Amino acid sequence: MTTTTEPPPAAATAALRFAGVSKRFKDGTVALAGADLSVAPAEFVSVVGPSGCGKSTLLRIASGLDDATGGTVDVHSKSLGYVFQDATLLPWRNVAHNVGLLAELEHLGKRERQARVAEAIELVGLAGFERHLPHELSGGMRMRVSIARSLVLAPDVFLFDEPFGALDEITRERLNDELLRMFIQRRFAALFITHSVQEAVFLSGRVLVMSGRPGRIKAEVAVPFAYPRAPELRYSAEFAALCGEISRHLRDV
Amino acid sequence: MTVDSATQAGPAAEPAPMGVVATAPGPGSAGRGRSGLAGAFLNKFLLPFSVFALIIGIWYLVSGLTLSPRQRFMLPLPHDVVRVGILDWDNFSKTLEALKYTVIVTFTGLAISMVLGVLAAVLMNQAKWVESSLYPWAVVLQTIPILALTPVLSFFFGFALTSRTIVCVIISFFPIVSNTLFGLQSVDRGMHELFTLHHTGRFTRLWKLQLPAAMPAMFSGFRIAAGQSVIGAVVGEFFFKQGNAGLGTNLSVFASRLEGERLWATTLVASLLGVAVFVFFGWLSRVAVGRWYQPRRG
Repeated sequence: MTTTTEPPPAAATAALRFAGVSKRFKDGTVALAGADLSVAPAEFVSVVGPSGCGKSTLLRIASGLDDATGGTVDVHSKSLGYVFQDATLLPWRNVAHNVGLLAELEHLGKRERQARVAEAIELVGLAGFERHLPHELSGGMRMRVSIARSLVLAPDVFLFDEPFGALDEITRERLNDELLRMFIQRRFAALFITHSVQEAVFLSGRVLVMSGRPGRIKAEVAVPFAYPRAPELRYSAEFAALCGEISRHLRDV
Repeated sequence: MTVDSATQAGPAAEPAPMGVVATAPGPGSAGRGRSGLAGAFLNKFLLPFSVFALIIGIWYLVSGLTLSPRQRFMLPLPHDVVRVGILDWDNFSKTLEALKYTVIVTFTGLAISMVLGVLAAVLMNQAKWVESSLYPWAVVLQTIPILALTPVLSFFFGFALTSRTIVCVIISFFPIVSNTLFGLQSVDRGMHELFTLHHTGRFTRLWKLQLPAAMPAMFSGFRIAAGQSVIGAVVGEFFFKQGNAGLGTNLSVFASRLEGERLWATTLVASLLGVAVFVFFGWLSRVAVGRWYQPRRG
């Protein structure tokens, strides 16, 4: 697969599909009002929108942490990965044991687990840090551990909730590069929430723009760049033009 | 010496704090505004010892100037306390013998409290109805004047070690329950959701998430409870005098015989026992969770 310019995939093949999904909280707040979106297998889709527009709620519903109050949600996934805004590492576990946590919870055998843990640590570039405790790591490294923890379960659908929002620009760009490398290697379907337009364009095949609360998808922008993407892509004129277009949509919502 | 834990331990022990309590910061723990070795020396040694010297000075003043020699048994001069109560080996060896029994009661009571307290906190955490029904009574338990319990305790458990141990448990139970419960309930929501996403059963959640996360709070509770347990042992010995004499037994004897020097020397030993268990549990906590848990440091 080289480009992701084809139209949104048909419902039957979607890894993740929301149709008219709405969410009203008990206190009466309406977080989502008729959100439609779909993510095809091995497709990377980002959602950008003003803060508080219900972006995170999309993921919470997709993962089952929250229930939708209206509409239909289809998730075709054998293994769902979810990376939170915080790394949520257990501070008493070292890197290797944190990475192995979900595999433990899913009752994978010890042998299998150790092999997958080693592989995931390698993939996120933390080899040599297995025995380090979370408080000994930088924010970026903690996020890598968090991603590795999900990678261990070989997710076919991967949800990202602004995972790099708290990181500095340099770390964020490097992690973007590496996330794409993982994406190309593992070919999961990704739904990525962010408030950075550049990040969304750099990572995604499609970028969805959400309106302010109550949230719904207001615009969809296809990103024509082929994977793998070089870091320099960020400085090209086409890239800047796409970012400009998305920013315009953001201003309109 | 300073006011000691033994005489202060009225029947109603002071209300144990709720939640995780940042136990009394050691002298000079902050060191704000000062830096370097000189500052550290000032904060760690010079200031506490200046206060110590001041207290001894006041003691001499009160004892030497305001009390007549006939009244001085109430607060003997410090050097007389040391001479009669500590340097006299005959007296001091008896105090050490008593200390042994107080230590046994303290640690037996504390161990029982630790097991029961953690268990109670876990049950309260697992079922809201258990918390609602038991927690208020855990609060009440530690406000019961021990004095009121002496007849009934002695009727069922006699006047010796068993009753003393029960007093220890009553006094040290609550800080463990409240701290452990607080720890179990303060686990980060994101971590809970991570476990929820993977359909974790409550036992696994407790074992792999909540209990380890509660360890720092739990140990903070143990440390407070350890100090309380010393008080409990001494108070228990005060009321239940049969069997081997502990520090509290001796305190009561010396008080009735007006042997002020030995009374104050015993008091000093009881205080030091309290300090020792406090320091010991601080060390234990650092060994258990210090590797990953750093309380805010300056």
